[in-house]
Amino acid sequence: MLEKTMPKKIIATASLAGCFGCHMSLLDIDERILELIELVEFNKSPIDDIKTFTKECDIGLIEGGCCNDENVHNLIEFRKHCKVLVALGECAIMGGLPSLRNTIPLKECLDEAYLNGPTVADCNEQKIIPHDPDLPKILNRIYPCHEVVKIDYFLPGCPPRADLIWDALVALVTGAELKLEYSTFKFD
Amino acid sequence: MATFVKFTLNGKSCLAEEGQPLVAAAKECGVYIPTLCNYPGIPPKGACRICTVLINGLPATACTTKVVEGMNVQTSTPELEAFRMAVVEILFAEGNHLCPSCEKSGSCELQALAYRYRMTVPRFPYLFPKRDVEAWHPKILKDHNRCIQCKRCIRGIHNEAGQAVFAFGKRGDRVVINIDPETSKTVSDELAQQAMDLCPVGAILRKEKGFDVPIGRRKYDRTPIGSEV
Repeated sequence: MLEKTMPKKIIATASLAGCFGCHMSLLDIDERILELIELVEFNKSPIDDIKTFTKECDIGLIEGGCCNDENVHNLIEFRKHCKVLVALGECAIMGGLPSLRNTIPLKECLDEAYLNGPTVADCNEQKIIPHDPDLPKILNRIYPCHEVVKIDYFLPGCPPRADLIWDALVALVTGAELKLEYSTFKFD
Repeated sequence: MATFVKFTLNGKSCLAEEGQPLVAAAKECGVYIPTLCNYPGIPPKGACRICTVLINGLPATACTTKVVEGMNVQTSTPELEAFRMAVVEILFAEGNHLCPSCEKSGSCELQALAYRYRMTVPRFPYLFPKRDVEAWHPKILKDHNRCIQCKRCIRGIHNEAGQAVFAFGKRGDRVVINIDPETSKTVSDELAQQAMDLCPVGAILRKEKGFDVPIGRRKYDRTPIGSEV
């Protein structure tokens, strides 16, 4: 059992252009989550559904890269409110699966998705590409998080192994050095 | 009878067969030198530079250097290790290496080296180059996004007539590995498998086969590359 530190460290998490797999992996720490909740308090995060920062945070975990302006805005907010920002998983680190579109011009992507793709060609009669002002604006390509703001630490994996996330959180909370174990250090 | 020469490896006196490549000689002496473009049994190329060591204090590639009498070799210094990590980082930034969706993940030498050096993110900006995927070959699939231009396949894969199956086009960072469409038709399952095994990354794959080894049992899942030395 880890020694409790006072006051509790505050964690915020976000999923930008990710699949929530990294958040699922965080939950994969299983019963250690009970230990974690003794050590930390969650603020803005999909885990507790707090939508806006109500406190300054110690640790920010970012899943996913930036594919639209909302992601960029969110990431900048995280940088402002978190002392330490961690890129969690391949998408946050290098764009991941969404970055498959990085070599395709945006217009071609949108045309395929909304006008010409086999599942839309027959039903989008008015040839509309969604452009409501309430919708986030898509970026020209996917940007890894560290190309938008300064990222302090990177935890690779798709998703990062639960043990790696646990080890990293323990290191961040206790101030101990993180030993990157070979068995948990994976890119897939 | 092979003649042996004496040389110094990391301060220890070692023996090697005269004319043996330094990488192989070091391996026999129990010292691992990381390699990527090199493969035992095919002519060395010195393309990737990751096997750079200090020979009599000067940097040189260990795959293209043959052991000579009295040579003083240092395989690992903080500068060399930092340089090797930079090579791995450059290769990751230069291509489109999407490990999560790659069939070779877990058995990929580039990835294994990145694990060995605990590379979390390349220090260089990702280039996201536009590269092709050739899926029309009957037996092989070529994904240029993953190619690190080591040219192992060109040097190591030959047909029954002894001709190289692969060739390269263009120069520099635009090098592409080509295969003639007629030659491609003659590639057997065995040759495709050989090419896939020889490719250090997932740029050449044997078709209709992949993800056949479960996660946890792939080549570099448990032990780092080089731990067999």
